[in-house]
Amino acid sequence: MQLTAKHHEYWNRNLKVTAALLALWFVVTFVMGFFARELNNITVLGFPLAFYMSAQGSLIIYVAIIWYYARYMNKLDQEYGVHEGEDD
Amino acid sequence: MASQANAAFTKQLTKYYGFYTGGFIAFVILVAILEQMGVPNKILGYMFLGATILLYAGIGFMSKTAEVSEYYVAGRRVPAFFNGMATGADWMSAASFIGMAGTLYLSGYDGLAFVLGWTGGYCLVALFLAPYLRKFGQFTIPDFLGARFGGHVPRLIGVIAAIVCSFTYVIAQIYGVGLITSRFTGLEFEIGVFVGLAGILVCSFLGGMKAVTWTQVAQYIILIVAYMIPVVWLSVMHGYGPVPQVAYGYALQKVTEREMVLNDKTTPDGAREESVRQIFRDRSAAAEAKLKGLETGGAGFLAEEKKKLEDKAAALKAAEPVDAKAVAAAEKAVKDFPADAVKAKAQWTKDKGIVARAAPIKPHAQPFQGKDERASDIARRNFLALIFCLMVGTAALPHILMRYYTTPSVKDARQSVFWSLFFIFLLYFTAPCLAVLAKFDVYTVLVGSKFAELPAWVNAWATVDKTLMNISDINGDGIVQLAEIVIGGDLIVLATPEIAKLPYVISGLVAAGGLAAALSTADGLLLTIANAMSHDIYYKMIDPNAPTTRRLAVSKGLLLVVAAIAAYVTSLKPGDILFLVGAAFSLAASGFFPALVCGVFWRRANKLGAILGMLAGLGICMYYMYITYPFFGVKAPLWLDIAPISAGIFGIPAGFIGVFIGTMISAPPSKEIQELVDHVRYPSLEGDINTAST
Repeated sequence: MQLTAKHHEYWNRNLKVTAALLALWFVVTFVMGFFARELNNITVLGFPLAFYMSAQGSLIIYVAIIWYYARYMNKLDQEYGVHEGEDD
Repeated sequence: MASQANAAFTKQLTKYYGFYTGGFIAFVILVAILEQMGVPNKILGYMFLGATILLYAGIGFMSKTAEVSEYYVAGRRVPAFFNGMATGADWMSAASFIGMAGTLYLSGYDGLAFVLGWTGGYCLVALFLAPYLRKFGQFTIPDFLGARFGGHVPRLIGVIAAIVCSFTYVIAQIYGVGLITSRFTGLEFEIGVFVGLAGILVCSFLGGMKAVTWTQVAQYIILIVAYMIPVVWLSVMHGYGPVPQVAYGYALQKVTEREMVLNDKTTPDGAREESVRQIFRDRSAAAEAKLKGLETGGAGFLAEEKKKLEDKAAALKAAEPVDAKAVAAAEKAVKDFPADAVKAKAQWTKDKGIVARAAPIKPHAQPFQGKDERASDIARRNFLALIFCLMVGTAALPHILMRYYTTPSVKDARQSVFWSLFFIFLLYFTAPCLAVLAKFDVYTVLVGSKFAELPAWVNAWATVDKTLMNISDINGDGIVQLAEIVIGGDLIVLATPEIAKLPYVISGLVAAGGLAAALSTADGLLLTIANAMSHDIYYKMIDPNAPTTRRLAVSKGLLLVVAAIAAYVTSLKPGDILFLVGAAFSLAASGFFPALVCGVFWRRANKLGAILGMLAGLGICMYYMYITYPFFGVKAPLWLDIAPISAGIFGIPAGFIGVFIGTMISAPPSKEIQELVDHVRYPSLEGDINTAST
């Protein structure tokens, strides 16, 4: 089994999207958590912002992160010809 | 061809579970009709628990199997959507279903660490592990450690780590099963544990992972329906519409306003609260004075105090006219007076602690409350540390990672993580809203009402269990003050149907939902432990030539033994459930996560690195828990003020450092192992090796 340049490119793009999504995850969780006291002074739909983010907003972003990753990678598999099976 | 068969299978499953959901709704309606006809609540409770356990047993029986790959990984044909539901049920335990909303009710913003930690961890599962483990495609997590790092040692450490964290976690689940069974059927807790256990075993014993998977899908449907109905109803009742997750901000605002009124001594409501708090402070001060007296006066002081009470009782008896009530109270005080100095000290120390109930109300939405900025910063540090440990632990718990072995392909594994989190998210983003709605009800309806006219649910729960609902007229004004109520966290979910004035059938449904949550998690965990022992230790290390029938027999035998031990340990009621759960997460995070992630993302990582990393992670994590958790009695000072539940915050970096050092001081892994790394990184390669077990 010999990896080609194309394979390495696939893996690098995987690492890039992983890093980007991980950064988003980090900001949503830890940076917003760190500044929760300050963020709570902003009110949205009756909610203090930090409370809303921790109770609902961040969760929605987590679901979106995973959805985007699955979609992106499944497309990338096709593009680089490393997908499973012959059809679809 | 394969994908066509999969599509047909998915269609068939959708049809089955569609019928099943319809049938379940029909059953609930039937029970509701029986209730209207006057069938007593206890019978309805039995019907719910009996019917659901029978149902799980039925699915378990239909899925019985003698094939190894069906027993261990459900034949690897669970579609992403259904695997998501099964993972959701596997994931959401009794602690999530019953405890979560209560924790949020009691601790407000800071309790959200659990909501964030137990959802955000799936990002790590998706990005770092699920697709790669699926490509590797064997049966257990120690399988991966064994193949990737070579030799029996990494596998064995993995097995030990898997058993330690799964066993800690399963105790908490069986405890939940016992609690629900005993509460809704009136059986003893210890018997409830074993009855529940029978329910767990009928699913997993005959069909292993295959049976557990299809039962978990059924359990997910029950638990999510049971969770949503009361919350939506409560929201509609208070005029916030059928999507409370968006609209409860206004309820939160009202709760916040109410908190300010109740904390403000100049308002009539606030003044009444203050009078109750003053009584608590006085009682505490009196107890403190007695403790001081005991310290200086010893036994003499004790006798003196008792004499005072006896004189008071005698004086009351002699007085004209005799106040029977006062005499009875005075005599009771004499009778309850502590017998010796040790008991007196314990009793008065407890009385002194009542001052906690005199504290002002903590604002629900305000993060990191503390008496000064430093205390607040420590609270914030612990909040973030706990989130981190729970998230990394999520991405390292073997019973969850194992579920991604069961999908047909890498592509499905990725989508399956999405569905998993989506189904978990439905419950977790509802819990904070339930907590606020329940608080709104207590603060605005219950507080200020008259003791003579308490809502039915308050009386009902106060008589069932004092730890869940304790209410008494402390200041004797006949009106309920918030400081006069003590609520146990578990009450919130259990009592919501009654708060929302729903018929008993919904309470039965909630009990069935809680049972489904606890059973499904316990199933997954027991299977993980039994598989680690039968597959990794017996088959891979002791007898690699064992025939299929013997492998399965060993696995099933171990399942029974582990279940019996777990039930026995649970019936001893060992300590704090929340700590057990947290400890399981910290242990899994420190033991597995560094080695697993480096195994995929760092080609150079090798055997010595994995061994050192896992041992260092587990070692530091256990050591920190040992020296700081009060139960062990060492009581060493905390490191950086981090609570023992978040011990993983030290264990995880230690694990990564261990992997790095071990790897750098020894030779790179062999060519075969480097090929294995490439193999897991690409869903499909030309001339690929094949690691899948069948």
